[in-house]
Amino acid sequence: MTSLPETTGKKLGLVVDLDICVGCHACAVNCKEWNAGAKSAPLTDYDPYGKKPDGVWFNRVHTYETTDEAGRGQTVHFPRSCLHCEDAPCVTVCPTGASYKREDDGIVLVNEDICIGCKLCSWACPYGAREHDENQGVMKKCTLCVDKIYNENLPEESRVPACVSTCPAGARSFGDLGDPDSEVSRLVAARGGYDLMPEQLTKPVNKYLPPRPRQDGREGAKAPRMLDHVDETTDGAGLIARWVDKLLS
Amino acid sequence: MHPAKSVIFFTTASGAGYGMMIVLALLASLGVLPREAGFGFATFGLAFALTVAGLLSSTLHLGRPERAWRAMSQWRSSWLSREGLAAVIAFVPLGLFAIAWSFNLVASSPAVVMGIVGAAVSLVTLYCTAMIYASLRPVPAWFNGWTVAGYLVLGPMNGAVILAFLLEAFDADQAAAITRLLALVLLMIGLGVKLAYWRRIHTSAPVSTAGSATGLGHLGRVEMTGSPHDNDNYLLREMGFRIARKHADKLRRISVWTGFVIPMLVMVDGLVFPFEPLTLPITVLGLIACQVGVATERWLFFAEAKHAVTLYYGEQAV
Repeated sequence: MTSLPETTGKKLGLVVDLDICVGCHACAVNCKEWNAGAKSAPLTDYDPYGKKPDGVWFNRVHTYETTDEAGRGQTVHFPRSCLHCEDAPCVTVCPTGASYKREDDGIVLVNEDICIGCKLCSWACPYGAREHDENQGVMKKCTLCVDKIYNENLPEESRVPACVSTCPAGARSFGDLGDPDSEVSRLVAARGGYDLMPEQLTKPVNKYLPPRPRQDGREGAKAPRMLDHVDETTDGAGLIARWVDKLLS
Repeated sequence: MHPAKSVIFFTTASGAGYGMMIVLALLASLGVLPREAGFGFATFGLAFALTVAGLLSSTLHLGRPERAWRAMSQWRSSWLSREGLAAVIAFVPLGLFAIAWSFNLVASSPAVVMGIVGAAVSLVTLYCTAMIYASLRPVPAWFNGWTVAGYLVLGPMNGAVILAFLLEAFDADQAAAITRLLALVLLMIGLGVKLAYWRRIHTSAPVSTAGSATGLGHLGRVEMTGSPHDNDNYLLREMGFRIARKHADKLRRISVWTGFVIPMLVMVDGLVFPFEPLTLPITVLGLIACQVGVATERWLFFAEAKHAVTLYYGEQAV
């Protein structure tokens, strides 16, 4: 049934720290790597070695530049994937029951055996989390690595989504965002984690942590000393340099 | 949004088919619809053909057409499921109505009851089709009442225009006059609804912005400097359809003239000069113009609608 559960036991999700993310795309690549052989396999590619390679990915890393009124810019790398929304509109629009939200942990999944590939769920998602596999004719999306996080054959520290375990900068965290005492919930509270497009009323589970404000020399924050190309003083110069300076001036 | 040909054909054709059925039931209840097999075969036959062709075409854009039957299971939550169910259920009363009426099998009143029930389910089907679009919050151009009004009016409007031609061809004078009058009224309402729809989508305040999509709006203007991929992906092909502004204006004018104004003039011509030698060819022209106009309107309905996901790919507001 594609009606949403009243509430879910856990609210498993990701926290992405935009202050740390360096835009290396490792999360997207390892996501592709894991999922190409996991629940949603194959994660189809079209023309992979040709001139216009394209394919199904669950995680896409954008880079944005912000410019404030004073013209100061800031570059922010922005990984985008399914937010496993509490009020997931992609689930309720599904005409077949293929799209569902799990009652025990809140993960939003697609049953590929009954999906008809009508694409309506991808229209209903404001975040572009779902991509249609044109070879298989079904919709695919982030599974939160459901086949990895509960996998008892893996060491416990590996039981996190592939994007989290691979991030070299530690910009991604995984946990239960429904538990206010969990590590991820405390991180969100401490750093002012926010929802993407709250006006779309989807109640995303995943949270984003904002980039910290840049130091711009105001309010006592120290910016590094600016070096002049021509130095007027000989303070701190060596004996020979001071002698040459005396000779020339 | 990408204007898929199959979906444009589906909503235009099956809208006209269900619209014809609604008008046929109305004419039957007024007691002016001819009860003869030849006429029934042509009118009900065309209405069923349009509806079935539209529904078949809608399954063509599915990734797995062979599983289409599954789409009827989730009527509790999904408008698409409700549409599929209503579209099929409508065939039962409409089929009984068509057979009983055309072949004079029963007295007129039970047939009319079947027709009215069929017309009601047809209207429900059109409403469900509209709600598929009108319930999508990420597409603000669709997420409003004008979308519903458009689908509810344009189906019966197009159906009445088609029937005006058939009734003229079968020399059913009284029914033709009533249908022309009805078509004229629906064309005027339809034009009003579409003009209101276009004004709304071009003047309403944006719902989401690049700032709210990324949550970086407090840092100033947000622009994408690096795309995740070099080529268009599924999202950009399906939801990132772009349309040149000048073409949109031109197409809107084409739609207004061919879909509404010309058919209006044709209906007036038929009311003033019924059964003149030129009236039938003129009615055919009006019918063809109306199809061009409604299909253009449907194309614009998709092409002009911006999806929130485009905010991640450089669009500033939707």
